[in-house]
Amino acid sequence: MEATITLRVDGEKHELTVDTRTTLLDALRDRLGVTSPKKGCDHGQCGACTVLVEGRRVLSCLTFAVAQEEAEVTTAAGLAGEGELHPVARAFVDNDGFQCGYCTPGQVCSAVGMLREAAEGWPSHVSGDLEGPVRLDDEEIRERMSGNLCRCGAYANIVAAIREAAE
Amino acid sequence: MSETRVMGQPLTRLEGERKVTGRAPYAYEHPLTDPLYLHPVLSTVPRGRLTGVDASAAEALAGVRAVLTPYNAERLAGAGDGEFAVLQSEEVSFHGQFVAAVVADTPETAREAAALVRVEYARAPHDVVLTADHERLYRPVGEDDEGPASDTEEGEVEAALERAEVVVDQTYRTPTEHNNPMEPHTTVAVWEEEPGRLTLYDSTQGVHVVRASVAGVFGLDPERVRVVAPHVGGGFGSKGEAHAHDVLAAMAARVLPGRPVKFALTRQHMFSLVGYRTPTIQRVRLGADRRGRLDVVVHESVEQTSTVQEFTENSAMCSRWMYAAPHRRTRHRMAALDVPVNFWMRAPGEAPGMYALESAMDELAQACGVDPVELRVRNEPERDPQSGAPWSDRQLVRCLREGAERFGWYGRDPSPRARREGDWWVGTGVAAASYPHLYNPGSVAVVRYGGEGVYEVSIGAVDIGTGAWTALTQIAADALGVSVSRVRLRIGDTDLPSASVAGGSSGTSSWGTAIVAAARAFAAEHGGAPAPGAVARASAGEDTVDEGYAVYSFGAHFAEVAVHADTGEVRVPRMYGLFSVGRVVNPRMVRSQFLGGMVMGLSMALHEQSFRDPRYGHVANGDFAEYHVATNADVRDLRAEWLEGEDPRATPMGSRGVGEIGVVGTAAAVANAVYHATGVRVRDLPITLDTLVR
Repeated sequence: MEATITLRVDGEKHELTVDTRTTLLDALRDRLGVTSPKKGCDHGQCGACTVLVEGRRVLSCLTFAVAQEEAEVTTAAGLAGEGELHPVARAFVDNDGFQCGYCTPGQVCSAVGMLREAAEGWPSHVSGDLEGPVRLDDEEIRERMSGNLCRCGAYANIVAAIREAAE
Repeated sequence: MSETRVMGQPLTRLEGERKVTGRAPYAYEHPLTDPLYLHPVLSTVPRGRLTGVDASAAEALAGVRAVLTPYNAERLAGAGDGEFAVLQSEEVSFHGQFVAAVVADTPETAREAAALVRVEYARAPHDVVLTADHERLYRPVGEDDEGPASDTEEGEVEAALERAEVVVDQTYRTPTEHNNPMEPHTTVAVWEEEPGRLTLYDSTQGVHVVRASVAGVFGLDPERVRVVAPHVGGGFGSKGEAHAHDVLAAMAARVLPGRPVKFALTRQHMFSLVGYRTPTIQRVRLGADRRGRLDVVVHESVEQTSTVQEFTENSAMCSRWMYAAPHRRTRHRMAALDVPVNFWMRAPGEAPGMYALESAMDELAQACGVDPVELRVRNEPERDPQSGAPWSDRQLVRCLREGAERFGWYGRDPSPRARREGDWWVGTGVAAASYPHLYNPGSVAVVRYGGEGVYEVSIGAVDIGTGAWTALTQIAADALGVSVSRVRLRIGDTDLPSASVAGGSSGTSSWGTAIVAAARAFAAEHGGAPAPGAVARASAGEDTVDEGYAVYSFGAHFAEVAVHADTGEVRVPRMYGLFSVGRVVNPRMVRSQFLGGMVMGLSMALHEQSFRDPRYGHVANGDFAEYHVATNADVRDLRAEWLEGEDPRATPMGSRGVGEIGVVGTAAAVANAVYHATGVRVRDLPITLDTLVR
């Protein structure tokens, strides 16, 4: 079964007809040629496909494209304007927060979404206090970024990058 | 090299901006017109024969372009009988082998159609369980074979064990482990009938390696096979050769000329098709005097391989060079089981082998009442015990002693189960690290002067995340005596000169040597004022490593662990590694390599284990939900440093490899710390809660 939908990706509007089984990730990569989000597991287990939907981090392999009609989707490629990097992305480069780079766009989107969650006071598993503002120390960053696997093992540098970007 | 102005600088990755935005193209992502999508059908029995494949329902599905089976697939004259013999017979040799494949207009259709292919089997008895006394154990390398010997024997081992004052005799086990790079193995194949040219956009550690293999399989002139890989999402050994999926993608492309066929393995596919680390059963026997001076070292490893193709994990080899002892024996025995083909995984041999040896050394230290750092120092060999050659740059003692200072090792109470902090037992552990200097001669580099001070440097190398884009540019800049901005590096394509694999921590050594040679040739041929268009090429020679010396890297790992007294949960609050690897070409990226290796070692110590179901022969936990790798929250205070130095006997750059040593010995340091914390000696990785709760 097919459906014609509108996707808004990195500020651009696309009308396309998709198999209703098509995930947002496959719609982006295979149909629109937006290959910034990566496919690492297709099961929501690795985080490489993380994008922002209406500013919140979403695993694009776990949501159908047809469910994102008219939603504002932002990938790591669309986080900043032409010729400049988003501060989080810049901090990943400066702190060598990646090696092979395959998990990186997902890490960057996840970090941007996570910083907003923390700013809004969302607690995590390691938050001592469920109310009030979040103090984003290294332990909080590690916990909140643990849905994004990095097999190159760049975690220490990822935490350093996010700490720097958060300051 | 005379001047090193650019080497040693902590440049950020030259491709960094493209990676953090996701614009750097990986294998699946090259813009191609009208692609088709392949989804395979895998065997569901571990051994037997196909008795029929019914593809009619799949073929009837709208959008299906082809279904490949052993009954219609092309015969591959050059495939041999190993893992490249894809769809060449009805024989099933392991669970998860390709038995058919569907090519369709969309990925959804390909997957649906693959599920509609009906496969019938005649099952045969199978054996997928490795045991220490397996009846099919054999010696993998005969006396007359090339390559490292499977067995070595010096002195009188049994007599020395008889008379030793202190003996450690223990067996250590490591499980099946899967590389699991974040980018699943992917091949996009395009076959152009006229003039008969195959292009593969491939996720590989060696474009020229894949070209040679695939050209051989299909009987093509290598000049008619192009392999492209500008960026690769990790490999850790599993992308060090072509695998069956490269062959299958190319076969499908040859059925559908002109159409790109995209084949990205699923994460689940990667548990049977792209290699893994064999389980090992390692018996280590150490005999020493009461002061811990070794008189005898015996390291015997039992491993598995597949019936399809042999691969030996040389786990006992590290005991040939690590410590001095007049009486020494190393042995490898293997059983060929009905399992997928095993292959390289980061530090094949050294990673499991040093876990066993360095655990045994810790047990010896405990038995002798000698500090584990001091015990290793006491057994430092003046020359390579294996060859008798002098060391080029063995800095193990410095790594151990300075590392111990920097970590804060000294002053610990050596007795186990001595330090309690709240609900946690706390302990510290140490282990040595080592990796041989590997160098592949024959890589070729071309230097071309483009005018206006800019040089183009071309070599068919691959950056799998190691930092080759940046490091090779730095090496070229120094070799040419120009700044980085004057070098245009080209890698990742067989249209560029031949280069060896990114494996065995040999990439920068091998390719860098070729680049230095090409720069020297350029200077000799064109002098200081070259004309635009001037070109020189050179290959990395056979004789650049000084054969008169034993060339190895060394390091020391220190770990602090906390084990929860009630639950057995293991945490690793601190890990520290100090390494000696010759000259460091780019400190920012070398540090990342060390840290990454240590994280994989931590993961090996605490998480990684593939459970093979003895009934059906498949890995039962074949995805990231159940095959656990270290996550961000598992890694806490993690630090890596190195001793400044250079080793011109290794390479003209003075550098040695850095990709693997970080994972060597790490698991032993963690296990030794767990023993110190709890008094429980775990000899069976990974270290799980159940083994620690009493």
